[in-house]
Amino acid sequence: MNPTLTTMIPRTIHGPDEIFIDLRGLRKRFGSQQVLDGIDLQIKHGETICLIGPSGEGKTVTMKHVIGLIHPDEGDVYVAGMHVNVLKERQMAAVRQKVSMLFQGAALFDYLTVEENVAFPLLERGLKDKAEVKRRVMAALEAVDLDEHAHKYPTNLSGGMKKRTGIARAIIDRSECILYDEPNSGLDPIGSDIIDQMIQRMQKRYGVTSIVVTHDMRSVFKIATRVAMLYRGKIHFLGTPEELRNSPDKLVQDFINGRSDVTC
Amino acid sequence: MSFPLNILAFIGQIALHFLTYLGQVAELAKELLIALRSGVWRLRLVAQQIVAIGYGSQGVVIVTGAFTGAVFTFQSYAKFKEFGIETTVGAVVSVALCRELGPVLAGLMVAGRVGAAMAADIGTMKVTEQVDALRVMGVHPVDYLVLPRFLAMMISMPFLVAESVSFGLFASYLVTSVGYDMPATWYMTHMVDHTNMEDLSIGMIKGFVFGMLITLISCHQGLAAENGAVGVGAGTTRAVVISSLVLLIVNFFLSIALNYVFPIGAT
Repeated sequence: MNPTLTTMIPRTIHGPDEIFIDLRGLRKRFGSQQVLDGIDLQIKHGETICLIGPSGEGKTVTMKHVIGLIHPDEGDVYVAGMHVNVLKERQMAAVRQKVSMLFQGAALFDYLTVEENVAFPLLERGLKDKAEVKRRVMAALEAVDLDEHAHKYPTNLSGGMKKRTGIARAIIDRSECILYDEPNSGLDPIGSDIIDQMIQRMQKRYGVTSIVVTHDMRSVFKIATRVAMLYRGKIHFLGTPEELRNSPDKLVQDFINGRSDVTC
Repeated sequence: MSFPLNILAFIGQIALHFLTYLGQVAELAKELLIALRSGVWRLRLVAQQIVAIGYGSQGVVIVTGAFTGAVFTFQSYAKFKEFGIETTVGAVVSVALCRELGPVLAGLMVAGRVGAAMAADIGTMKVTEQVDALRVMGVHPVDYLVLPRFLAMMISMPFLVAESVSFGLFASYLVTSVGYDMPATWYMTHMVDHTNMEDLSIGMIKGFVFGMLITLISCHQGLAAENGAVGVGAGTTRAVVISSLVLLIVNFFLSIALNYVFPIGAT
């Protein structure tokens, strides 16, 4: 077992067939644009599901529904049996103790150092033991290869380093589920591989449920247990990476092979 | 649609926007009350905000109070002299500074300096998803961002009002004694005789109320910011404009209400 990750084991162990996230008939409109038009998706405990699809098709919006940052116009969201979209903001803490999230732009606090950013969830949950906080922060930073940059402020980090700090902050709180919004974007191939391996480790060793929004198909085939492709507000494809690779659907094949119909 | 109906629709739209805005600010005030009652006050953040709001605003408040006191005295003295009552200038300036000019000018300066900073800081956090990151980590944005600013404002405002009044009176005293060679005793005697605790209390109460309004209005603009840097800029401008206007309007009604409680010249 990787010693740096022993402090990140999730709080509760669930059966592998137990549904952890249940999205039923989600519809969401922003202005005149119908972003989600009936999303049904069940995610079992310990699954890593990759959301793929063209930009602007609602992948991040779907993910934000899971953690209650966005509420649906229609439909229901259940996480660990909790009916998320009927909870008020102050009742959402119970859901957010089980689910954490990496934001697309990392969303680090500008006025805190890398170390303070990563320690933030622990301190806010009331962990008082400074030595324990320090140990867990350094373990999380080691896992993303940032332990030497602990005292830097986010403005002094590259885009990739910010993202890895965001990942360290997302994994430190022993969440049962982690939502990753484009974890590989802005990372070099080696950095990207480190993140992929970490997501796999979290799933295989600790049974963490993950939703990964990504455009990196290499990463999808490496980490996903299932893949959902969103198109025009609906789930156009849902299956294993192998089924995705062998899908006869032209839209799917064009997407995974990066082919467009645009002619010059 | 006919012209009168267009006008009616336009007025209706403005009224709807206004009511929506009031509702949002009231919702923020409700969340602030819940946060206050929770007892989790994050004293380190409150201390940081006291430095930013109270300590950092002293210069601008002192300069504004001092020069307003000086110019008010300069203009009043000449007119009072025509009636032979120039020795009472200290009393008039003192009561005016305590009841109106001190709190209003301090409030306007704080609205410009601190209100803008609150809206810009929180607005930037909002558009860069830092506010969402707080929520994801189970921290209510009002508890973490608004409550410390509110508490710091409540602690800082009375001191800032007191500084504004004190330096205004000091400048006024300098103008009369150095500029017009009026004996200091006359100035001091009239000032002390005609300024009472009620006048000071009015200034302090207004300071509290203005501080509360500035915090609510500015934090609301920050939390409502969207559309990136442009949205943050617009929200910051709105925070200063709305805070300043509301402060002046509320001051009028507050003066009338407080005059019932502490009538001017009653003692």
